[in-house]
Amino acid sequence: MTPQFPRLQFPKLQFPKLTVWRVIFAAIMLSGLYATYLRVMYGLGGSTNLSDKFPWGLWIGFDVMCGVGLAAGGFTLVAMVHIFNIEAYKPVLRPAILTAFLGYTLVTVGLLYDLGRPDRLWHPLVMWNPHSVMFEVAWCVTLYSTVLFLEFLPMVFEKFGLHKPLEWIHKISVPLMILGVLLSTLHQSSLGTLFLIVPQKLYALWYTPILPVLFWVSAIAVGLAMTIFESWHSSRAFGRALELPLLASIGRVLAVVLSVYLWIRFLDLSHRHVFGLLGLNRTETWLFGLEIVLMAIPTVLLFQARVRMRPTALYACAVMVVFAFITNRLNVGITGLEAGSGTHYIPKWSEVAVTLSIVAGGFAIFHFVAQNFPVFEAAHEASHVELEAQEEDPVAV
Amino acid sequence: MSRAMLYDSTLCIGCKSCESGCAERWGLPYNDKIAAEETISAHKLTAVETHGERYSRRLCMNCEQPACASVCPVGALQKTALGPVIYDADKCMGCRYCMQACPFQVPSYEWDKRLPKMRKCDMCYERQSQGKQTACAEACPVGATVCGERDELLVEARKRIAEKPGGYYNKVYGVKEAGGTSVLYLSAVPFEQIGLRTNVPMEALPETTWRVLELVPDIVSTGTVLLGGIWWISNRRAEVAKKEGRRR
Repeated sequence: MTPQFPRLQFPKLQFPKLTVWRVIFAAIMLSGLYATYLRVMYGLGGSTNLSDKFPWGLWIGFDVMCGVGLAAGGFTLVAMVHIFNIEAYKPVLRPAILTAFLGYTLVTVGLLYDLGRPDRLWHPLVMWNPHSVMFEVAWCVTLYSTVLFLEFLPMVFEKFGLHKPLEWIHKISVPLMILGVLLSTLHQSSLGTLFLIVPQKLYALWYTPILPVLFWVSAIAVGLAMTIFESWHSSRAFGRALELPLLASIGRVLAVVLSVYLWIRFLDLSHRHVFGLLGLNRTETWLFGLEIVLMAIPTVLLFQARVRMRPTALYACAVMVVFAFITNRLNVGITGLEAGSGTHYIPKWSEVAVTLSIVAGGFAIFHFVAQNFPVFEAAHEASHVELEAQEEDPVAV
Repeated sequence: MSRAMLYDSTLCIGCKSCESGCAERWGLPYNDKIAAEETISAHKLTAVETHGERYSRRLCMNCEQPACASVCPVGALQKTALGPVIYDADKCMGCRYCMQACPFQVPSYEWDKRLPKMRKCDMCYERQSQGKQTACAEACPVGATVCGERDELLVEARKRIAEKPGGYYNKVYGVKEAGGTSVLYLSAVPFEQIGLRTNVPMEALPETTWRVLELVPDIVSTGTVLLGGIWWISNRRAEVAKKEGRRR
């Protein structure tokens, strides 16, 4: 690579062209800004519908629980590419690491809104309680964010032609990646463990001693789905060719992971003898059904080669998995707890506004970084021989 | 030996002296409007409830093995040897996991404050460590709430049931609930009829998460060896393949 003078592309300073998406983006950001004002000035009471009976809402249920899960592509692909040494997946590794790094940063932002005392975010690092799942999650997330930052750094070093630090970071990369996978395994599952303490509150369709296992497997699934989702979107946004054979092969892995997940879920329900609950006409039954259907449809579809090889169909499957995942986390974190808490919770507009702003912010930052740093160019690094091999190899599809 | 309280709802006359005694001890405002509230909240740490012609009291159960203390990521909540579960507001970061985890939905939050704290009864830890009674027990004119050693109170409770079998529901609430609590209840009717939770697990809740958490060292050590081994094998394969000039 010839050393080039680094140049960042910021949006031009002239008034940006008005498009529907930009107007929506601006509206979301403005409402988020006003909601932030409410949060700061009037506390959680003035900005949320939380109560003594329902202390966790959208900011935990979505921003934290879904945020961490949707960023799971980072550890899944790192494990596939660097630990299992499946080089073919390399082109989608960097976008996955970027998503993960951004995801965790945004989870922290969400936490700053949700914590009663955001100025004490650092307390768990100093004041220990090893019996607390939240303590373990706090440590894992902090350490893993650091690992992700280090995994992201090579993109920055390459951009600015810093070869020395690049070499240095390559030297520690293997232990770093193993550490990352372990930390992710721990906290992805621990987000499920968090709810083991509420057996009397969480509805029986979701409360199970194996929640941590279910959370971990579903995180892997959604990590893969998010990888397909990102590649599809960025190929449209940046006019890149879609790495279809590669994504199709990820779709194949996804189908297997989803099957495993659904099977464990089935075994769990049958061992706990709770199938009878499905006969009740309750909100929980329908939400559970939604979650399972959204998961089962892509599972069946992804087993078919013609679905995997059609970009739109593959993308639709990924989107369904993402929605199934979000439904599941919201069910465990919010709706499944309502009956047991003896109350109803509907987020206040300001809670929704903050959440949407965080998501919109995430999209915008991803776009900016992908435009300016070698995120999607990692393919160049892989030898051309290998790339050709991929294209010729029908097995990889 | 640890301190506890016994509340005998058959003796309670609903005068709410315990409420005002509690408010005074915490320096919280107390007036007719607050007295009329029948739920505990950040400004009312104990509340007398009316269930038909019977009364009941809500307050923190100060569990023997409190879920709140086990889940607190910063250790702001502690079960003391004396009995009370105490709270250190200077540590608390406001994650509200204690509120989510409490099987009795006791902890309350100062939702409207900019720098909020969690609030709950701490069974008058300070007074009790000086050998005094809890403020509510001291305020009670009829001895419906008494304060003492848990073992002795339990004996006393069972004695009351034995002496007047027709007057009491034949159980003491708090013996096994959530693994045992430091507040014990007696009632004339089944406990759910005076608003007590009967769906509370009979095991200590911290066990539910500890069962998983204690596996962490095993997962980390096994995982390191497993992932390291997989990397070692797959990397070696790639190197060999490269040397032999084959395409993988």
